Amino acid sequence: MIWVVLALLVWAGGWWANARLSHSALVQSRQGRLLVPAIFGVTLLVVWEGMVRGLQVPGVILPPPTAIAAAFAANLPILWVDFIQTFVKGALSGYAIGCGAAFGLAVAIDRSPFLQRGLLPVGNFVAALPIIGIAPILVMWFGFDWHSKAAVVVVMVFFPVLINTLEGLRASDAMQRDLMATYGASYPQSLLKLRLPAAMPFVFNGLKIATTLALIGAIVAEFFGSPIRGMGFRISTEVGKLGLDMVWAEITVAALAGSAFYGIVALIEKGVTFWHPSQRGRA
Amino acid sequence: MRRLLPILTVLLVILAGWYLACIPLNAAWTRDQAARAGVEVSFAQVIAASYDQERPVLPAPHQVARELWNTTVMKAVTSKKSLVYHAWITLSATLLGFAIGSGAGILLAIGIVHNKAMDLSVMPWAIASQTIPILAIAPMVIVVLNSVGISGLLPKAIISAYLCFFPVVVGLVKGMRSPDAMQLDQMKTWNASAPQTLWKLRFPASLPYLFTSLKVGIAASLVGAIVGELPTGAVAGLGARLLSGSYYGQTVQIWSALFGAAIVAAALVGGIGLIQRVTLKRMGLAR
Repeated sequence: MIWVVLALLVWAGGWWANARLSHSALVQSRQGRLLVPAIFGVTLLVVWEGMVRGLQVPGVILPPPTAIAAAFAANLPILWVDFIQTFVKGALSGYAIGCGAAFGLAVAIDRSPFLQRGLLPVGNFVAALPIIGIAPILVMWFGFDWHSKAAVVVVMVFFPVLINTLEGLRASDAMQRDLMATYGASYPQSLLKLRLPAAMPFVFNGLKIATTLALIGAIVAEFFGSPIRGMGFRISTEVGKLGLDMVWAEITVAALAGSAFYGIVALIEKGVTFWHPSQRGRA
Repeated sequence: MRRLLPILTVLLVILAGWYLACIPLNAAWTRDQAARAGVEVSFAQVIAASYDQERPVLPAPHQVARELWNTTVMKAVTSKKSLVYHAWITLSATLLGFAIGSGAGILLAIGIVHNKAMDLSVMPWAIASQTIPILAIAPMVIVVLNSVGISGLLPKAIISAYLCFFPVVVGLVKGMRSPDAMQLDQMKTWNASAPQTLWKLRFPASLPYLFTSLKVGIAASLVGAIVGELPTGAVAGLGARLLSGSYYGQTVQIWSALFGAAIVAAALVGGIGLIQRVTLKRMGLAR
């Protein structure tokens, strides 16, 4: 009981601190903007821990954060092997191939408005479909190892990147294109110097969406068959063994990897599209 | 016609590519069988055989279409062999999850817009959570809820709800912030209360954003329901059809389940698009 009361007290305290902070001057600063969500996150963890301990929730239903952290620390080698198998081999290679192919196709059909008009609606439609369902087929074709996972990722990231690049290549306005024409710029010159840079905000939007899809694709594809390593394999087998702390540790790895992946792409975006209004004026 | 022609061309190219891909992918099996039987097969025979296998590596489009026709129109809807039956199971979980998820998302978005502390503490997490492969927890949710005695529709619906929750929150918060300072000042001059501002200004202004995120959300819900059907083993639903198809090498069944899922997704997104068009037209917001 004491745990529950303690958890509720921490919750109230955290909430009070955040309410005070969000109306104070500190929130204008960068630190304040980071501090408030950090307090919220920590409170959430404490409440989770307190509730699980206080209400004696069995570990097979919801393990407390400390048990997850312990499982994380104790199984670092296994987690690392899974990470390499799923993220580096499956997700990253598929991401590179899929995004490269989509970008290449979009640039290749750039000179044919006919194909663009046809491909854009089709791509939009396919992007809304549950493409993940193709996973069992690709596992059948490419075997259980990471090749099939990379193939699933290729298919999943292809269409978001394709439609965003197609949109982006139309983004430069007529005035700018006219200016390039007045300069006597050839087609490759105007593509390289005007239209591709102008497309970059859109391309990166697609690339950022694709980071999450890549990880999801690689993990879910492992549910359909995998060698005895990989994050999806570990999650499904540990769930079967009711080793929930290990499952949560694996989910932590997935969350960290996903956020880091997204963050790196966002950082590259910041470097490439420094001129765009959405990037300017930010510290 | 000007718009339709390019789309049809692209679709035709895809279809033709599919038919062509069938030959090299399926030919190996035919050649194998012929070598075992000790007969020579001509190239024409190989081509003909690639389109007519029981378990092809890549089924031809007409085989998938025939399977779809056989399992929807030709079977009773209540039969376990009917794709309509399985699609309905997945669809019911999707719709329930979508209702829960978008409802909770709308509530949270209203809270975020009105409470600064909530905005500052929850919003960064809501955005960060979009970068996390949430789908990975699907098997755990199913098994855990099963062990406390909840099974059937609800666990799948919870995964669906979770997946469509954050897109709705992020989109709606953006939409409710879209009225500019002038409009908000106008509401203030009229001495409008917070609920009045919400209903008469913020909510109508957020509708275009809401519909866009609802489309994303319902597509995510369907993916959630399908993946939610995997860990329970192949019981029922489109996900179960995918899984049992992959267990028994029934490629035609996998492809028909895949197309069933695609049709359901298209219908759901199209349905929301229709509501969007009608609503926005009535409100004079249609572009």
